[in-house]
Amino acid sequence: MNQFQCQAEIVRMEHLTSDIVRMTLQAPDIAACAIPGQFIMVKAGEGCDPLLRRPFSIHQVIGNGRVQILFKVLGKGTRLLAGMRAGMALNLVGPLGRGFSLESREGFCLVGGGMGIAPLYFLARELQRLSRPPQLVVLLGARTAAELAQLAEDFRELGVRELHLATDDGSLGHHGYVAELIPRQLGRGGDDWQLCACGPHPMLQAVAKEAKSLSCPCQVSLETMMACGISACLGCAIPRAGLSGAYLHVCKDGPVFDAKEVAWL
Amino acid sequence: MNRPDLRISIGSTVFSNPVLTASGTFGYAREFEPYLNLHRLGGVVVKGISLSPRKGNPPPRIVETACGMLNAIGLENVGLERFISEKMPYLREIGTKVIVNILGDSLDDYRLLAARLSEVEGVHAIEVNISCPNVKKGGVAFGTDAAMAEAVTRAVCEESGVPVIVKLSPNVTDITLIARAVENGGAQAVSLINTLLGMAIDSRSRRPKLANIVGGLSGPAIKPVALRMVWQVARAVQIPVIGIGGISNATDAIEFFLAGASAVQIGTANFVNPGVCDEVVRGIEEYLVEHRLQGIQGLIGALIVDC
Ligand SMILES: Cc1cc2nc3c(=O)[nH]c(=O)nc-3n(C[C@H](O)[C@H](O)[C@H](O)COP(=O)(O)OP(=O)(O)OC[C@H]3O[C@@H](n4cnc5c(N)ncnc54)[C@H](O)[C@@H]3O)c2cc1C
Ligand SMILES: Cc1cc2nc3c(=O)[nH]c(=O)nc-3n(C[C@H](O)[C@H](O)[C@H](O)COP(=O)(O)O)c2cc1C
Ligand code: FES
Repeated sequence: MNQFQCQAEIVRMEHLTSDIVRMTLQAPDIAACAIPGQFIMVKAGEGCDPLLRRPFSIHQVIGNGRVQILFKVLGKGTRLLAGMRAGMALNLVGPLGRGFSLESREGFCLVGGGMGIAPLYFLARELQRLSRPPQLVVLLGARTAAELAQLAEDFRELGVRELHLATDDGSLGHHGYVAELIPRQLGRGGDDWQLCACGPHPMLQAVAKEAKSLSCPCQVSLETMMACGISACLGCAIPRAGLSGAYLHVCKDGPVFDAKEVAWL
Repeated sequence: MNRPDLRISIGSTVFSNPVLTASGTFGYAREFEPYLNLHRLGGVVVKGISLSPRKGNPPPRIVETACGMLNAIGLENVGLERFISEKMPYLREIGTKVIVNILGDSLDDYRLLAARLSEVEGVHAIEVNISCPNVKKGGVAFGTDAAMAEAVTRAVCEESGVPVIVKLSPNVTDITLIARAVENGGAQAVSLINTLLGMAIDSRSRRPKLANIVGGLSGPAIKPVALRMVWQVARAVQIPVIGIGGISNATDAIEFFLAGASAVQIGTANFVNPGVCDEVVRGIEEYLVEHRLQGIQGLIGALIVDC
């Protein structure tokens, strides 16, 4: 198993907005084997409050043994992390979970909402590096233009030409939800395309619905509360599709699932 | 000076050191292979096993609280037969003692589990989770009634060919009564504490944070309660006591030995630091050297009470 616990130096802190932070960490072992869609568990602070590690998707792997995470300040843990400075160190566990499948397709349509955009950057990059890169459409949504501007710019710099944006307040791109952009992009027949989505649960639900009506295969990256991230606590259960009443475990069976595996209640 | 002697025994089973993992917090051990040397553990207590597989509770199953967490996993497990065929082969290979935690709805469940497991190669002891509801007795937990706790212990001991540890629930008025009952029933050791029943509420949504509404509290927050109970039980029974509750480092573990524990189990801390058990073994060893003690026996119950 390629998993590590390591003490990682923070190389860079970028405050993209007042509450969105991109953190670059020196973590060569993790960088060497991470795949898009996998996550790391980060210990915020030294003491026992907050007690548990926090899960974050790997936003990017950079050549010289570095990984990036992109996060929004929500509570105690993320506030502590946002207050860290370059030169300090954090304890990481990872890379964890099952990532996106890059299995060959004519095109990939990536749909990201809010901080769900984080793993899609890594995914877009790896797709472009394939020997026969598929067509790539990237749809990004957020609440406001401020939250989206820098991230959209990063995708443009990657060379993503088909980039479409949506904001809840209409301050940038489509005024509405990002999932609403899917039919326009994939209307031409989706069955040889692959949808890959990450974001808030209602957004994923909407994406899964679009995927179904377009008969387009769809991978979704889900979030739950997690205590361990390594399949030990069984705390990260979500209902499995079908009538069995059984559960999937996000940290081990996911976080990336085929949308058909999940019960979308 | 020689390396201190860390060995302890429970019934006929000798453990190379007194640091075990707590049930439900260490998976089936394999999950931790990247993070520590499993053979250096005193023993592994695996996730609670029932006769048939259990799916567990709906989510959310866990929530963090101040210096702790609540869980309502609902005893999800692969069931007895899959445990034996899928999990035991690996557990036999890791070179440490394997303790299987069992749970049931009735005395018969416990009997069958004990009989089957104690004939499986590589099972060194059975730990009985008696914090489960007795379906035949209106769902009252076995562990909250001295007579039922004694009966379930006796049932398991009659069937088991390996040492039996009974795991006590802290959700009782006087834990020493249950501990004595279990000792009478034939247990070779008691382990305590299981989680403390608790609850968390989201004031914004006005809803409970767990789908199960209530859950078990674990982690550093419960350590003082656990220490107190271990101290009380160690004075009430003759059999070894295994201390559990909020242990995150060697110092915490040593406090439990001083209170009278012969061994410790580490639970929630495995989630925070998957390498913690290794660190605790090393830390105990260093403490013994530093305090010029020849072995762990010199520490057990060595609490100094002035006056
Ligand atoms: C696999 C995975 C990948 C993730 N990737 C990212 C990412 O790339 N960027 C990012 O900003 N966030 C990500 N998250 C969510 C992130 O883990 C939570 O925002 C973070 O744990 C909140 O911690 P806190 O202490 O600041 O907040 P808390 O004080 O713990 O909680 C604040 C709020 O966040 C919610 N929350 C807490 N923990 C989680 C969790 N594990 N998942 C979802 N919601 C949670 C709580 O219910 C609460 O409403 C991911 C979660 C998972 C499971
Ligand atoms: C997620 C989780 C699952 C648990 N599952 C079990 C179980 O299946 N059987 C059992 O006897 N105890 C179970 N426990 C209780 C622990 O083994 C231990 O008694 C308790 O957590 C206190 O120790 P700690 O504070 O070190 O975690 C579980 C605890 C947690 C946190
Ligand atoms: S987070 Fe612990 S099992 Fe998934």
